[in-house]
Amino acid sequence: MSGDWIARQAELLPELLPPLLRGLLVTLEVTAVSGAIALVLSFVVGIGRLARSPGIRGVFRAYVEVFRGTSALVQLFYCYFVLPFLGIHLSPFMAAVIALSVNSSAYGSEIVRSAISSIDRGQLEAAVALNLSERRTMTAIILPQAVLRMLPPFGNLLVEHLKTTSLVSLITVTDLAFAGQSLLQQNGEATQVYALVLLLYFCVCFPLSRLTKRLERRFGRDERGAGAR
Amino acid sequence: VSFDWGFALEITGTLLRGARLTLLATVGGMLLALLVGLLLAVARMSPLRPVRLLASAYVEVVRNTPFLIQLYFLFYVLPLAGVRAPALATGVIALGLNYSAYTAEVYRSGIAAVPRGQWEAALALNLSARRTWSRIIVPQAVRPIVPVLGNYLIGMFKETPLLSTITIIELFASAQSIAGTTYRYYEPYTMVGIVFLVLSVPSAILIRRLDVRLNRD
Repeated sequence: MSGDWIARQAELLPELLPPLLRGLLVTLEVTAVSGAIALVLSFVVGIGRLARSPGIRGVFRAYVEVFRGTSALVQLFYCYFVLPFLGIHLSPFMAAVIALSVNSSAYGSEIVRSAISSIDRGQLEAAVALNLSERRTMTAIILPQAVLRMLPPFGNLLVEHLKTTSLVSLITVTDLAFAGQSLLQQNGEATQVYALVLLLYFCVCFPLSRLTKRLERRFGRDERGAGAR
Repeated sequence: VSFDWGFALEITGTLLRGARLTLLATVGGMLLALLVGLLLAVARMSPLRPVRLLASAYVEVVRNTPFLIQLYFLFYVLPLAGVRAPALATGVIALGLNYSAYTAEVYRSGIAAVPRGQWEAALALNLSARRTWSRIIVPQAVRPIVPVLGNYLIGMFKETPLLSTITIIELFASAQSIAGTTYRYYEPYTMVGIVFLVLSVPSAILIRRLDVRLNRD
């Protein structure tokens, strides 16, 4: 059987690979755009949660609890199916980007917050003693140290984020998962199609995970439970 | 469009019936994940290199591919391999296998966190391997990992809506079917969000308290 089987695989490959690679490109595009927005939001929300005013802290805390507490798929469908009823019409791509950015930023903001809180109090006291302004203390003293500690958990989050983008196929964004589904409908070779889809995701995620491990060894602290999605 | 509370209450019964399946899948998936994760953790400490490599490869593949695709893979490929399982069983297996790659790492870190001196003391006292594990190592390894496992339980709970893609009518699929027949999306999806929030936020707070009690005193 093995000779036939291998011949059949070789025959299928040129048929399956191009559409899957086109899908992968969309996956990377969604990941890059929503990842960049999520990164910015993470800093806004994470720093907001350390604000002096309890009102501001409360608002950002609610943001984190709501978007971490509800499922990513629910948020995605909310953006795509419910917002139009409220007068906000989004393309599938836009709905995907918004839902994914907001979802990951809820996790990312915790990374920012805990990294900033982990900086030694003495640094803050020294800045006060030097009469640095609050803004300069943050940008020149605290953040440069905190950012290094954020690198490993952000690497993990990026891998999670990339994997989560597979959900956008369910609102018809033509990503890698979507390409797999449509190939399955065309030729029914479930094993080959999904093995390839898994392989392609793996080829992108695995190097990122490796890089993250290396960062962890370099800058890492043991982030207990931070991996929990 | 304003939120129709009457309609929202009307569909709550249907949604809660779906939520039962959601909880069932979560509990089943977690039990499987705890068990398979333990096997993986043990396999990764095996003296046999091929066993270690195989277990590590499994963990890497599972952690670096999306759960949705793993779910599709099991759902479409298992029947081709002659395994006919009901969709719910496939969903539970997929959840369990996916999270086992994470629980394996949690077990490993729990064991690694027990100070070397404890092993050496057990050796000095001439305790058997079994007694060393059951009396010295495991009791100390469990405390730090309980809250971490709790977080994964919540994570799995939030992942269950994906089971709707393989025909399991859990909470999210119930909302989808209501939306599909009534063309009203606002109330069903909002209610689903509320159910998730109501269950996961208190659980998260509970786990944080548990963590403080177990590990900070």
